[in-house]
Amino acid sequence: MSPKLVESGRHPNIKIISNAEVKSIDGEAGHFRATVLKRPKYVDEDLCNACGSCVEYCPVDMPDYYNENLANLKSLYIPYPQAVPASFVIDPNTCLFVIKNECRQCEQACKELNAINLNQPEELIELEVGSVILTPGFDEFDAKRKKNYGYGEYGNVVTSIEFERILSASGPFKGEITRPTDGAHPKSIAFFQCVGSRDKATNSYCSSVCCTYAIKEAIIAKEHEPELDITIFYMDIRTMGKGFESFYLRAKNDYGIRFVKTRIPEIERSLETENLVLNYVTEDGSHVTEEVDMVVLSVGMEPSKTSNALSKIMGIQLNPSGFCSTHEFSPTSTSREGIFVAGAFQAPKDIPESVMQATGSVSLVSGLLSDSRGTLVETKELEPEKDISEEKPKIGVFVCHCGINIAGVADVTRLKEYSEKLDDVVYVEESLYACSKDSQEKIKQTIIDNGLNRVVLAACTPRTLEPLFQDTIREAGLNRSLFEMANIRDHCTWVHAQEPEKATEKSEDLIRMGVAKARLLSPMKEELIQVNSKALVVGGGLSGMTSALSLAEQGFECWLVEKENELGGNLKTLHYTLNKNNPQKLLEEIKEKLLNHPLVTVYTSAQVDAISGYIGNFETDITAGGQNMHISHGVIIVATGAKEYQPEEYLHGKHDAVMTQKKLGERIAAGTLEPGALNDVVMIQCVGSRTEERPYCSRICCGVAMKNALKIKEVNPKANVYVLYKDIRTYGFTEEYYTQARKEGVIFIRYDDDNLPVVSENIGEENSELQVKVFDPLLGEHILIKPTLLALSAAIIPGENEVISRLMKVPLNSEGFFQEAHVKLRPVDFSTDGIYVCGLAHSPKTIEESISQAHAAAARAAIPLSRGYVRAEPIVSSVDEEKCFGCGICEYLCPYGSIKVVETASGERAQTITASCKGCGICSAKCPRQAISMGRFSDEQILTQIVAFAKG
Amino acid sequence: MVVGGGIAGIQASLDLADLGYLVYLVENLPAIGGTMAQLDKTFPTLDCAM
Ligand SMILES: Cc1cc2nc3c(=O)[nH]c(=O)nc-3n(C[C@H](O)[C@H](O)[C@H](O)COP(=O)(O)OP(=O)(O)OC[C@H]3O[C@@H](n4cnc5c(N)ncnc54)[C@H](O)[C@@H]3O)c2cc1C
Ligand code: SF4
Ligand code: SF4
Repeated sequence: MSPKLVESGRHPNIKIISNAEVKSIDGEAGHFRATVLKRPKYVDEDLCNACGSCVEYCPVDMPDYYNENLANLKSLYIPYPQAVPASFVIDPNTCLFVIKNECRQCEQACKELNAINLNQPEELIELEVGSVILTPGFDEFDAKRKKNYGYGEYGNVVTSIEFERILSASGPFKGEITRPTDGAHPKSIAFFQCVGSRDKATNSYCSSVCCTYAIKEAIIAKEHEPELDITIFYMDIRTMGKGFESFYLRAKNDYGIRFVKTRIPEIERSLETENLVLNYVTEDGSHVTEEVDMVVLSVGMEPSKTSNALSKIMGIQLNPSGFCSTHEFSPTSTSREGIFVAGAFQAPKDIPESVMQATGSVSLVSGLLSDSRGTLVETKELEPEKDISEEKPKIGVFVCHCGINIAGVADVTRLKEYSEKLDDVVYVEESLYACSKDSQEKIKQTIIDNGLNRVVLAACTPRTLEPLFQDTIREAGLNRSLFEMANIRDHCTWVHAQEPEKATEKSEDLIRMGVAKARLLSPMKEELIQVNSKALVVGGGLSGMTSALSLAEQGFECWLVEKENELGGNLKTLHYTLNKNNPQKLLEEIKEKLLNHPLVTVYTSAQVDAISGYIGNFETDITAGGQNMHISHGVIIVATGAKEYQPEEYLHGKHDAVMTQKKLGERIAAGTLEPGALNDVVMIQCVGSRTEERPYCSRICCGVAMKNALKIKEVNPKANVYVLYKDIRTYGFTEEYYTQARKEGVIFIRYDDDNLPVVSENIGEENSELQVKVFDPLLGEHILIKPTLLALSAAIIPGENEVISRLMKVPLNSEGFFQEAHVKLRPVDFSTDGIYVCGLAHSPKTIEESISQAHAAAARAAIPLSRGYVRAEPIVSSVDEEKCFGCGICEYLCPYGSIKVVETASGERAQTITASCKGCGICSAKCPRQAISMGRFSDEQILTQIVAFAKG
Repeated sequence: MVVGGGIAGIQASLDLADLGYLVYLVENLPAIGGTMAQLDKTFPTLDCAM
């Protein structure tokens, strides 16, 4: 997240107003006037460089809220090392001057910069804004409210967020798993799930994230201490996100984490040992007493404490649980026009979902304010680059501690001294976190003050931080290419954590090699490539239609290509949702808008035949209604959806009374199946999901089962509905419907892989009777049901994604869904620029989630379209036409389609497509003539590094 | 105006800014980051949250 923090801090279009709250807002969508109160920090943000010399002068200790009060801070503090804005702040509740006019020690300490201003007043800021996005997030459930667990009284009962800090290397115990009462390393830890969630006494909804984060914390703890005994006590394990189920299986099978299905009523403490005694009843009715060293409470999410006041100020409605009220079909719109919502304030959700929704809300803002796009922003004017062609190398080396990640293992002082001795190195400095904003400023100044003309950073991975540092040196007047990184964290202190001496030695090697290469670096030019401002959306289901419409509403022309002869995809077959909304109405409305939008062209019965080109300049052949066409466009959104698995198990397709949930819904809606005529209904969950062949969870089928079970109960309360399940995964507010289903008498019976239900038919004279046999763990015996209807909750399986994957050269995951660039931080981008993904093509999800993601894809796609150009990094390949003889091996091997053999005056020669080349170097490595050279990684540079290594 | 500087607010601000809008990001605490800045690693990839 650090790169995003830093980028927000330095983006010329973002003004951060921290320590502040909105006091009022009036006006209307497009023209709001907001008043923001900025409380004093007593430190001038612009003057403070976060050097920290003031801290030791502050005599007051207070609890460190960032570390969940497990450590102390001074009243004068920086919230956390990578904080943005990177400046200190004084706590008004404990500072001696603020509360009783005494002390003023810190002012003395900061005499030179004079950043401390104990008389700083509060500020009222008036803002004119066109639109508002509310992202005030959540607060953790206050575990003290569950009195039986003794949180706050029993020292070794901690919350999950406290445990995050305990695990963290930058946390109160420096990453050592420690019991708060005695500092000992616990031998056994129990996690309690659903604390403050799924609980009548506190919150009835499911918090959606705590199962997966508990598994995560348990795995990390096991990695720290493999001998630890960890048990997770749960009601249902809800790992329904993309890739989460296999994470759960890993925890169980590879890490030996124990999972026990029960809810523990209370905790007792042993006064002698401070251990915790747990009494519980297992599923089969046995009573168990167990003692553990520590308990972690997986606390749920509640709306942020500020949200009530905020909702009044904003004039928006909250739902009964206190989260922002939204409609299933417009998940990011609040009840007030022009005010949008995203993240955990809309409903409990994890980071990928929050990021997706945030980007989704942006496309609505952009649709609303498309006329004013680009009118208020300043372009960052950079000083011209310094000409260094006549200078000899003057190299600066910066060695980062990365907190304790590097400094906790390697001897950083020795690295500094070592670097000072290397040829052409004229300046060396250490820094605690080189990526923090204040360090960046310092590095910039250092470059200027010392006339450095090349920079080597010995720190972490260039993958996340290189662009940031390149910007920094550019701001100091150096070309971005005059930069080299030595990854002494990942390659040295992480992998050789147990061997500090060797880790230090290897760091020296890497620094020496980095410096050797830096000597050869020369400035390189970045290319600007024009972007065609049209878009292609592939797939005309809900997601494709939503993103096409969103792009059009933002002012971009787009083509929508649908394989079937009609738009709608899976939405066509849905007739009611769990929340009783009408998907058919949604379909009609969006189709109508789409078909009438002047910027949208829809092709049905159409397919993509070939795609070439790169971000900004794609060329695509399509066949539509039998005709061939060619279109040029700048971006692509893949929204090709998925389909329902057609089961081969449980007599599906062999017996009329066996059908999938989707079929059941359709037949109820069409009136061809009368719920009144049903006596016993069985639903089997996870059919084709969570199996060996398809290990993932299909996410939506538990909700769909509730929907159909409730529908049957509504029409025919006398029907007996049995749901046979592995875990019920009605996450978020859907939990309500699970509760309701139980209340209305739906019977839930859990089965597991060793005891799958058995369906057979008893063929009689007139009709054949279905029989379902299942082991009931509560009764401890098999039961037999003879249902009139058997509904199978069949998996969502990927469609024919291979074709698109091949045409566009975008990857699929092992399950056959498209693989995004980064699960957490880039959930709708592909790693190939200019191509985005949304909806079921990405992974199973609900209508609501598909809409958010479709909006998100549209917002991401709109970024290059609105900018009109893309910048190509100078790391791309270049071909020496003299050496190349046009064999085409490079074209065959390039994973991004970024090098092609073309006819030139001197015959066939390879040519790089600069805009989409990622600089991976495959072509260069394989060229039999060594005709291809990589920007910033030339053969000469690499050989020099190897020689430098050998000289160590 | 984006109200709340957790991961959702930060992402919204960055995308708006990249689309060419001027963004005011209002955060209640002295620094942005929200809960994610407190996490050690994140599921399911176990990447460092920072
Ligand atoms: C223990 C724990 C572990 C977790 N682990 C993971 C994980 O591994 N992976 C994962 O994907 N998710 C995880 N999550 C969930 C994750 O933390 C959330 O999905 C995510 O942080 C939500 O982001 P947000 O921006 O919506 O909210 P927040 O992070 O809560 O940010 C909201 C921000 O808004 C500010 N704010 C609040 N009110 C106002 C106001 N009125 N005015 C101005 N500013 C305001 C707050 O100070 C805060 O900075 C975990 C959650 C917990 C509790
Ligand atoms: S079932 Fe829901 S509330 Fe309970 S721990 Fe799992 S995710 Fe959290
Ligand atoms: S029925 Fe579907 S949503 Fe429920 S657990 Fe199984 S696969 Fe997941």
